[in-house]
Amino acid sequence: MNALIIIITGALVASSCSILGSFLILRKMAMVSDAISHAVLPGIVIAFLLGSDIDSLWMLAGAGAVGLLTTFLIEFFHQKGRLQTDASIGVTFTWLFALGVILLSYYAGDAHIDEACVLYGEIAYVPLDLIELDSGAILGPKALIVLLFILMVNLVFVTLGYKELKITTFDPSFARSVGISPSAWHYALMSLVSLTTVGSFESVGAILVVALIVTPPATAYLMTQDLTRMLVLAVSFGISSSILGYFLAYVLDGSISGAMATVAGLQFAVVFIAVKQRNRAIIRQGTAPPLEATKVLH
Amino acid sequence: MKETFIEFFTFSYPNITYVVVGTVLLSISSALVGCFTFLRKKSLVGDVVSHAVLPGICLSFLLTGYKNPLIIVAGAFFTGWLSIAALDYVVRHSKIKEDTATGLSLSVFFGLGILLLTFIQHSGNAQQTGLDAFLFGKAAALVGQDLIVFGILAVITLLMVLAFFKEFQIIAFDQQFATSMGLPVKSIEMILTSVTVLAVVAGIQAVGVVLMAAMLITPAATAKFWTDRLQVMLLLAAIFGAFSGITGAFISYAAPAMPTGPWMVMVLSFLALISFFFAPQKGILVRLLRQRRIRRKQLEENLLKAFYAVGERLGTFDKPLTLDQIGEKRSFRPEELRIGLRRLVSHGYLRRQQSDWQLTADGLSKGRRVQRLHRLWELYLTEYLSIAPDHVHEDAESIEHVITPELELELERLLDHPIHDPHQSVIPSRD
Repeated sequence: MNALIIIITGALVASSCSILGSFLILRKMAMVSDAISHAVLPGIVIAFLLGSDIDSLWMLAGAGAVGLLTTFLIEFFHQKGRLQTDASIGVTFTWLFALGVILLSYYAGDAHIDEACVLYGEIAYVPLDLIELDSGAILGPKALIVLLFILMVNLVFVTLGYKELKITTFDPSFARSVGISPSAWHYALMSLVSLTTVGSFESVGAILVVALIVTPPATAYLMTQDLTRMLVLAVSFGISSSILGYFLAYVLDGSISGAMATVAGLQFAVVFIAVKQRNRAIIRQGTAPPLEATKVLH
Repeated sequence: MKETFIEFFTFSYPNITYVVVGTVLLSISSALVGCFTFLRKKSLVGDVVSHAVLPGICLSFLLTGYKNPLIIVAGAFFTGWLSIAALDYVVRHSKIKEDTATGLSLSVFFGLGILLLTFIQHSGNAQQTGLDAFLFGKAAALVGQDLIVFGILAVITLLMVLAFFKEFQIIAFDQQFATSMGLPVKSIEMILTSVTVLAVVAGIQAVGVVLMAAMLITPAATAKFWTDRLQVMLLLAAIFGAFSGITGAFISYAAPAMPTGPWMVMVLSFLALISFFFAPQKGILVRLLRQRRIRRKQLEENLLKAFYAVGERLGTFDKPLTLDQIGEKRSFRPEELRIGLRRLVSHGYLRRQQSDWQLTADGLSKGRRVQRLHRLWELYLTEYLSIAPDHVHEDAESIEHVITPELELELERLLDHPIHDPHQSVIPSRD
C-alpha cells in the first residue's frame, strides 16, 4: 500500500513537472526553472517560521510569489543592467538560496526541515503524513492530495490556455499582434512553475524537481515535433521514471527521488541513441531527411 | 565583538589561519576561472560541474571504502568532466538546446549522486560520515590533509589560469578569430573545461554543491560592471572573491552556528547588488538617469524645433504662439508639454506671455540649429546613401539630437553648403 502511495505521489509530481517542462524547454527557459526551484527556499523557510504548514495554501501562494520575484529579478538584471542571461540566473538564485540556507541554520531548532531534505526531499515519508478530518476519518496522505490539486491546476491551465501558450511559445511577435500578451502568459507559466516546485519540494527536493521538469520533456522532444504528442510522451516518461525509480531505489536502498532522476536520465540516453541510430540509417538509405534536420519545433 | 575581531584578524589560533588561507585561495581561483566562463557566456557550466562531481565523489568512496582525498578528487574530476562532455555532445548531436542540455546534465548527474550517496549512507559503513559535507559545504572542516589537497588544487588552478592567460583570453573574446589564426581551439577549450572542473573540485567541500556556482559566476559578473579590460576584471573578481572568503570565515568564527559558505555567497551577492545598481558607468541607476537625461534633451529640442517650424511657416519668429499652434505641428503628451515648457522657460529659451509662448533669442537659435541638423542629415542620406526622400525623416529625427558642431561642419562641407533639403525646405543658415 505504501509503495503504491509513493509511486502515485511520484507520478503526480512527474506529470505536473513534465507538462510545464515541455513549455519551458521549448521557450529555452529550462534553467529558469532551476533558478526558481532554488530561490523558493527562503520563502519556504520563512513560511515555516511563521508557523504555517508546508502544504498550506498560504505557503504555496507565498512561494509562488518568491518564484515570480526570481523571474522578475532575472529579467530586470538582464534588461536594465545588461547582464547576460546565464550570469543573471546564476547570481539571482545562488543569492536567494544562500539566504535560505542561512535562515535555515539560524533557526535550525525551530523549523522542522533539514538541509538534505531541501536538496532531495524524502518521498518515503509521504504515506505517514495523513490528513485527518474533524470527525476522525482519514482523508489520505497530505502530499498526495496537495499534489493532486496542483496537477489539476496545471491541467486546467494548459487545457484552457493551450492555444495562447502555443502561440506565445513559438511566435511571440505574432501573439502580440493578435492581442495575446506574451509577458502575461510568461508570468502565468512561471507562477505555476513556482507553485509546482513548492508543492513537490517536500517529496523530491529542489534539484530533482529540475530533473523532472527538464528530462522527460527533453526525451519527448527528441521523438516528436508535435506539441500535443510531446506533452503526452513527456507525461508518460515522467510516470514511468517514477515507477521504475521506485523499484531501483528499493533494490539499492537509496533515495527514491535520486533514483527517479537517474531513470529519467537513462530513458533520455536510450532515446537519444535510438534516434541517432535511426537518423544514421535513414541517411544511409537516402530515403528521407533526418528527423533532426527538419526543425519545425524551433 | 571587538575582541573576536582582533582574535580573528591576528590569527590567534592556527585553525583560523587554515580556514582563512583555504577559503581565500579557493575564492580567488574560482573567481578567476569564472571570469573566462562568464565571458564565454557559459556561466552555468560551473553550476553543472558542481552538481556533477557528487556521483564521482560517491563512486570513489564505493570503490575504495574510505575517504581518501586524492581518490575523491580524482572521482569528482572524472564525473565533473563527463557532465560537460555529455552536455556538449547532446547539444552538438541533437536538436536539444543548450539550456535544456544544461538542466538535463546537471539534474541527472546530481540525481545519480544522491542515489549513490543515500545508498552509501544506508549501507552502514561508518567511514561515510562527512560525505554529505559536499552537499552544503563545511569550510570549518578544512583542516589537515583535506586542506593541503584542496589548497594545492586551488594553487594549481591559479597557476593554470596564469599559464594559459593568452589562450583563454582569445577564446573568451573571439573564438572565430582564434580558429582562423590556426590556434588549437578545441584543446584550449578542453584545458579551460579542466581548469573549471578543477576549481569546482577545489571549492566544493568548502561551499557545497549549489553555492559553488556563485563562487564562479558572481565575482565575474560584479567585476564586469566596473571595467571592460580583462586584466582589471580578473583583478577585481579576485579581490571580491578574497574579501568574501575572509568575511565569510570571520562571520562563522564570530557566530559558530553560521555556515561559512552561504555567508561567503551572501557577501559576494551583496557586492554584486551594489555594483549592479550603483556602478559609476554601467550601473542600473546611472543608466536610468542617463536615459532620462537623453529623453529630456530630446523633448526640449523637439519642442524648440516645433516652435521654430511654426515660426518659419508664419514668416516671423516675433509672434507669441499658442499651444494649439504647436500641437498642430507635432503632438506632445500633455504631461510632456507641461514639463518641457517649464524647463525651457527656466533655461531661458522660452518666455511666457499670458497664455502664449514666445521663443527667446537663445531659443530661436537653438530651434534653428535642430531644424538645420535635421534637414542637413536628410540631405546627406539622400545624396550619399541614395535613400528615397520619403524615408529619411525618421532617421533624422533621432540623429539630429546627437550631431556635434564638428560633424555639422563636416556635413556642410560634404554637401557643399546646401540651401534646400530633399523636400525643398530651406535649410536655415548658421547664426
